Amino acid sequence: MAEKTFKVTSESGIHARPATTLVNQAGQFSSDITLDYNGKSVNLKSIMGVMSLGIQQGSSIVIKAEGSDADEAIAALENVMKKEGLGE
Amino acid sequence: MSEKISGIAASAGIAIAKAFVLQNPELTIERKSISDSASEIDRFEAALNVSKEELSVIKEKANNELGEDKAAIFAAHLLVLSDPELVDAVKQKIENEKVNAEAAMDDVSSMFINMFESMDNEYMKERAADIRDVSKRVLAHLLNVTFTTPASITEEVVILAEDLTPSDTAQLNRNFVKGFATDIGGRTSHSAIMSRSMEIPAVVGTKTITENVENGVMVIIDGLDGHVIVNPTEDEIATYEEKQKQYQKQKAEWAKLVNEKTFSSDSVQVELAANIGTPADVKGVLENGAEGVGLYRTEFLYMGRDQLPTEEEQFKAYSEVLQKMEGKPVVIRTLDIGGDKELPYLNLPKELNPFLGFRAIRLCLEEQDIFRTQLRALLRASQYGNLKIMFPMIATLGEFRAAKAILLEEKEKLISEGIEVSESIEVGIMVEIPSTAVMADTFAKEVDFFSIGTNDLIQYTMAADRMNEQVSYLYQPYNPAILRLVKMVIDAAHKEGKWAGMCGEMAGDPIAIPILLGLGLDEFSMSATSVLPARSQILGLSKEKISAHMDEVLQMETMEDVVKFAEENF
Repeated sequence: MAEKTFKVTSESGIHARPATTLVNQAGQFSSDITLDYNGKSVNLKSIMGVMSLGIQQGSSIVIKAEGSDADEAIAALENVMKKEGLGE
Repeated sequence: MSEKISGIAASAGIAIAKAFVLQNPELTIERKSISDSASEIDRFEAALNVSKEELSVIKEKANNELGEDKAAIFAAHLLVLSDPELVDAVKQKIENEKVNAEAAMDDVSSMFINMFESMDNEYMKERAADIRDVSKRVLAHLLNVTFTTPASITEEVVILAEDLTPSDTAQLNRNFVKGFATDIGGRTSHSAIMSRSMEIPAVVGTKTITENVENGVMVIIDGLDGHVIVNPTEDEIATYEEKQKQYQKQKAEWAKLVNEKTFSSDSVQVELAANIGTPADVKGVLENGAEGVGLYRTEFLYMGRDQLPTEEEQFKAYSEVLQKMEGKPVVIRTLDIGGDKELPYLNLPKELNPFLGFRAIRLCLEEQDIFRTQLRALLRASQYGNLKIMFPMIATLGEFRAAKAILLEEKEKLISEGIEVSESIEVGIMVEIPSTAVMADTFAKEVDFFSIGTNDLIQYTMAADRMNEQVSYLYQPYNPAILRLVKMVIDAAHKEGKWAGMCGEMAGDPIAIPILLGLGLDEFSMSATSVLPARSQILGLSKEKISAHMDEVLQMETMEDVVKFAEENF
């Protein structure tokens, strides 16, 4: 299992557009990937799950991956977070 | 038998084509028990796949025609259809509860829709509408009901709809959509404005067009006189083809004026400018021979997205417009949001009287981060052309002074950062609140120009909500009350050596143009497509002669008197 914590820096938190990119990326991997925020955990391959969290700027989120390509998944998602200016 | 339905002429021209009725599909879901859950799941997956294919096509098209930005929404829609939380839940329901796919899909999507709708955030509530859209598409396929969207049109048609939303119009393919008619709306409703900027004939406010016409029936849209002919006879088709030819011929005459300046018959020069919403509109401005941009509505940069546009995005848009206009004047209005234009992501509280509430400059002076970002972008763009900045909804001199002070602060900051800013930016105001029109003589000492926004000035002067059809008779541009206010503003500007323009619908109205010329208006800003007809009209008008009648006109008792007099004399 691999996991990484991010601090959300994007001004508007994680909204539709960046969420779309994140979920699309997660969908490329066979591992189970979850996103933990504010005591809730959702499937990162679910756009509605991610959107329903209403993640705000300044909060911290944890992305966890479990499966054969867990490490690659976390690396790729970290890349998206940075490239989209979502967080670090 | 042909039938004639009347409405409001929203965009000039004639269109003759088959009707395409844009309707919300009737989706009645019957809950049934099933025994073969495997084949029911297959049916569900098939419907999902067809829906995904359709959405991919729409997304591609939006990408090519409207840009990646506008296509993003369809990428999100596609993801909803692949969402394991949705797809797996539906399959489990079919499997465990032995219900049909329609009922399972409806249950699960309703659950999500309710979840998003109950969130305490306007933005999230809007996402419920996205999920509803997508679910409808899948349900329509399961039920074998045709699901129509403007994007699915692949032959020449005229669209008939109750109303066209911004997302509908975004999907219209200009190659296929020859015209449209709607049940509701007026000359200034969104669909009417869109039809003029797309230059397709349109009739709005027919009340009943979608009830009277079925798909595939031949229809004539007469956007010149505001009629729709359903099932026309061959004679009628011939008549309208002739009318269309005449209109084309007149357009060709107008086209000769494209590079001309605008003079009255007694050689008084005025400026004809165009209203735009996006940099893409500049093409139409230049093709139609406008001498400038009299109103760039910056709201569109802020709409149809989920967060504020950055300074960089705004700078790009403003400088693009300024560059393409090659030194011609460009009046950019700062953010005018609120009223009928909402930005869900700002989470502004609902108001009982949004048109009288927290909007435009009122909002900008309070939410200064938003305002300052826009001003910085404008100032940075200023060196690419002839920029004039205009503040909307100014009601008091204090508001103007506050807005201008912020502008100057940002200018100083930029200069100290070593960024070049034009030294000749004019700063003016939109006159749309009666208090400002009445006090125009005082304002004129401090502003560089006035632009009269008639749509709002009329609604505030007559106290008549322009979205309310029941009081639409009070929308009276030629009412002497309005004309007197317009005169006060023009005279006040001239007394201080400033210019006065007009950027409402009235500026392009053939009945109003002679009166406005007579009152001394300097700049007329209108839909780009109205510029050449207006230039041609002004060429035949003597300002001196009309001016001589102005005192008489301003003393008239009713709007009807004014219109009658103008039609007979000008």
